[in-house]
Amino acid sequence: MTTTGTPIILSKDNIKILKEQDVVPFRNRVREYAVKIGMSLVNQTKLITGASELVRNMLKYGGGGEVQIHVLSRGRDNGIRLVFQDQGPGIPDINKAMQDGYTTGKSMGLGLPGTKRLMNEFEITSEMGKGTTVTVVKWKNG
Amino acid sequence: MEKIPILRMGKFLLVTIQVDLYDQLAENLEADLVQMVKKTDARGVLIDVSSVTIIDSFMGRILGNIATMSKIMDAETVVVGMQPAVAITLVELGLPLKGVHSALNVEKGMELLKSKILLEESENEEEEDINDDDDRDTDHTQ
Repeated sequence: MTTTGTPIILSKDNIKILKEQDVVPFRNRVREYAVKIGMSLVNQTKLITGASELVRNMLKYGGGGEVQIHVLSRGRDNGIRLVFQDQGPGIPDINKAMQDGYTTGKSMGLGLPGTKRLMNEFEITSEMGKGTTVTVVKWKNG
Repeated sequence: MEKIPILRMGKFLLVTIQVDLYDQLAENLEADLVQMVKKTDARGVLIDVSSVTIIDSFMGRILGNIATMSKIMDAETVVVGMQPAVAITLVELGLPLKGVHSALNVEKGMELLKSKILLEESENEEEEDINDDDDRDTDHTQ
């Protein structure tokens, strides 16, 4: 780690995700921001793949929601923070959901644990009946 | 409704994915491709992913499904042209794409498919060859 402390938010944007067709434009928007801060292709791909997993979860289990895109600055390093928020039923057991191969749907159960591996920071909070919020950060040089 | 075109080339089916797929499009491709294998008696399926910038767990599962389904229907599947950043991300996500053959480009992919099918077809002939060789060997020693 080069610097510590709270990163500064340089710009904010948000996108509503209500249907499957919103996913590709959303991924492209995230990529635009990642390119703008000069993120390497590998990190871009990790960020967007992770974002794609989370946005699918939001659609499938949360009935859609909103994603905030923050461009961050931390000393010399820049990064992208994504906040996925839905008003779905919530996740009953987060620890279980974070296990590789655990799924309640017909997927492979790689979404959450896999995404955590692709990101630099990963935080999930969920309240039954209120919704789920997932916050991830990918640093340019992370 | 958008569709991914499937081209027929002799015994093989050729699919070039030129856009980033949303889930429904990927699911349609899976169904169309399996139908086409049956309809054309194809022995091999070649999927060119060189323009695909992200493969997440869903898309990875679709590729795996196509390979497994084709295999059951006696056709081999080769995925060609994967971008390095996509490969790195797939492995870190935890999706090693088991059962899917891969090649560097379309040309090598075609060679791989041809060699796999030739191998199967020549197995019977080989047995006869072995008998011939034995005869020849005994000739030499005499």
